[in-house]
Amino acid sequence: MALVEINDLWVTFKSDGKDVPAVKGISFNIGKGETVALVGESGSGKSVTALSILQLLPYPLAKHPKGSIKINGAEVVGRPQKEMRNYRGNHVSMIFQEPMTSLNPLHTIEKQINETLLVHKGMSQKEAAVRVRELLEMVGLDAIDERLNAYPHQLSGGQRQRVMIAMALANEPDLLIADEPTTALDVTIQAQILELLMDLQKRLGMAILLITHDLGIVRKMAKDVCVMTHGEIVEANSTKELFTRPRHEYTQMLLEAEPKGLPLRKNDALPEVMSCKNLKVYFPIKKGLLKRTVDYVRAVDDISVSVKQGHTVGIVGESGSGKSTLGLAMLRLIASEGEVIFNGQAIQNASWKELRPLRAEMQIVFQDPYSSLSPRLSIGQIIEEGVIVHEGHGNRLERRDRISEVLKEVGIPPDAQDRYPHEFSGGQRQRIAIARALILKPKFIVLDEPTSALDMSVQAQIVDLLRDLQNRHNLTYLFISHDLKVVRAIADSVLVMRDGKIVEQGPAAQIFDNPETDYTKALMKAAFDLETAAAGAVNS
Amino acid sequence: MTLSAINQRRLNNFKANRRGYWSMIFFVLLFVISLFAELIANDKPLVVSYKDQLYFPFIVAYPETAFGGDFETEADYRDPFVADLINEQGWQIWPLIRYSYTTINYDLTSPAPSPPDTENWLGTDDQGRDVLARVIYGYRISVAFGVILTILSSIIGVTAGAVQGYFGGWTDLIFQRLLEIWGGMPSLYILIILAALIEPSFLILLALLLLFSWPSLVGVVRAEFLRSRNFDYVRAARALGVRDRVIMFKHLLPNSMVSALTFLPFILTGSIVSLTSLDFLGLGLPPGSPSLGELLAQGKANLQAPWLGITAFLTLSIMLTLAFFMQEGIRDAFDPRKTFQ
Repeated sequence: MALVEINDLWVTFKSDGKDVPAVKGISFNIGKGETVALVGESGSGKSVTALSILQLLPYPLAKHPKGSIKINGAEVVGRPQKEMRNYRGNHVSMIFQEPMTSLNPLHTIEKQINETLLVHKGMSQKEAAVRVRELLEMVGLDAIDERLNAYPHQLSGGQRQRVMIAMALANEPDLLIADEPTTALDVTIQAQILELLMDLQKRLGMAILLITHDLGIVRKMAKDVCVMTHGEIVEANSTKELFTRPRHEYTQMLLEAEPKGLPLRKNDALPEVMSCKNLKVYFPIKKGLLKRTVDYVRAVDDISVSVKQGHTVGIVGESGSGKSTLGLAMLRLIASEGEVIFNGQAIQNASWKELRPLRAEMQIVFQDPYSSLSPRLSIGQIIEEGVIVHEGHGNRLERRDRISEVLKEVGIPPDAQDRYPHEFSGGQRQRIAIARALILKPKFIVLDEPTSALDMSVQAQIVDLLRDLQNRHNLTYLFISHDLKVVRAIADSVLVMRDGKIVEQGPAAQIFDNPETDYTKALMKAAFDLETAAAGAVNS
Repeated sequence: MTLSAINQRRLNNFKANRRGYWSMIFFVLLFVISLFAELIANDKPLVVSYKDQLYFPFIVAYPETAFGGDFETEADYRDPFVADLINEQGWQIWPLIRYSYTTINYDLTSPAPSPPDTENWLGTDDQGRDVLARVIYGYRISVAFGVILTILSSIIGVTAGAVQGYFGGWTDLIFQRLLEIWGGMPSLYILIILAALIEPSFLILLALLLLFSWPSLVGVVRAEFLRSRNFDYVRAARALGVRDRVIMFKHLLPNSMVSALTFLPFILTGSIVSLTSLDFLGLGLPPGSPSLGELLAQGKANLQAPWLGITAFLTLSIMLTLAFFMQEGIRDAFDPRKTFQ
């Protein structure tokens, strides 16, 4: 008998008075100690499936018109919430994507884990304290004595995810549901967390239901895979079989969707468009009664970069390495020291007014397409803003034509300009953000993690689009990313940053084929093989 | 007019909140009626036909001689002598209530304040003036005062909050300290002192009350601006070279309107109440103006005439309740998390 048996499961949500199906009759089993992966893009119903195993959906808004879920042979669909509490934590527990928001910011680490032990196991305070320490050791958190009384904001993303896992393991569940456990993390941290999960599974013999959009993770972790799209499982097979002989065309599409290809060959003799010399961005640390500056956070420390026309420079590093700050400083969107030269013109000391005409020629695209489009403006209003600033209002119809044209160029239907951002998916929004940057025909665009918040298959499309646009308009990119796979697909030269300093710099081919420093090697290993490097090379 | 989807949703939400919807209908209806108070309660006829000629006494002042009387002064249409002169050679149409807010009824059967009867539906006050007429005119002044004060203090408060929140740093720090000092002042006492020094009129009272009512919105708007000025869409606008002013009003203001709307009901009802309380203390609108506060004061001075106090109390409480429910409905309609079945 399998640990979890799901049979013809349906989930519907009430919307505008109608029941809209989110999951349409899926069936799969999870055996004891096995890892099953549920793969699909956002909106495919994979998280909903996971939540229905725990009966954590917003009932009665959500309904199960049909189907059964059995945990250890006992039916859970329709079971009263009171009885479900016994299953949650004891038999099945869950870790979530966002370690920032899934811990209570007002409780110490000890208290967060303690709670489940006191409630579920009825342990005494003393026993619980011993167990918490044991759990934190198990998930590999360092300096436990200090961490016990720390609050979530004092930990890094990876450390928080470790605490989340410790909480989930507190009652030794039979099944751990991991809902995109590494999506919000850097590649290096992702490798560490995946390693930890595999290690724990071996030691504790629990089953894992892994939910992800990244097939690379699946290949490394899972024994069986179910591919989901539009609420249905279109293909279920063993991992080996699925990767060698994908049968359904959707699976084939997903497998081919990784960002790939190489940047186009370019002429090296072209002039320089943007460069900076000895650029520094320091944030003061103030202490004491008089708030004197005692030290600085050196976000960008003495960095020189030069980007030639039509080329792409990739800036690579983990979060906190100062790569986004570098991009903002080059566009003079935050204060910095050092030289910044755009088109042969020194702009470091130019006033806001002097800069305004230049702003049309340098643009930026941000990571999160959900926060970079104002929710109360229509797509047309968002895109035309730059035109109005730099060319005045002009003829309204002419402007609409230009918006249509630029939308067509990024692959959005032109009639979308009267609609609002919330009607579009993440990938479409990112295209709109690119259109906003593109309409002024800029020379230089800073792309600040433009693909990190997107599904794998959408990432590939965006990378293709960016390469295509560069080719057509002779654009110059500064491409910031922590994901080396994406960077390899687009960058001509690469700069590796750590703690505000340059670790390694050079042509892309050289960096990717012969990385010199341990840090770069560790980044590559994490990105391409999802493996951790020797201790000390990267932060944990 | 076509509404965007989000506004359509808001309108539907507002209509679904029946209490708010009906409150708005009644509130607006009553205010619109009171705007035409001169046509409802007046001591001059609306239309007079005299010797086949039409006269409009409620707009134009005609001397008594125009109707064959003796005096060159404006005709007193309530005088039976003048009424007879007109009725002999024509006809006249009177408003529903034949009293204006200043008209004194000299034909009272009992000493003023006289109780409600068929002539004065809500009785008269201690100077023999018709209470219903005064309530209608007073309602108009109160609501108009409240609405104008709310609009003005919202404009000032939102602007100040926007500037503070958007620029932050020293601007914010200095303004914030000033606001704290300002907020610490005993506003009612200062109003009383100022009202004693300057002879109050509608506009002066408006200005005085404005001094103390605008800061209530600053806090919310400032917080919203502080929060959202670091959003990527604001950064993107800055990268496009958009001016600060445009960023503030096009990108940030619409997103902070919901929290500002939350405070509006309190400002509106608060303004009406402060005007009423000043009138009650005799420091508000000039003597003789129709005012609910003055009616309340009369009710207190003449406990033997309960219709005065009861009328003022009911008028105020109905007006404030309607205003509050209406704006509560508007606020909830803007709340994206609220749904109505």
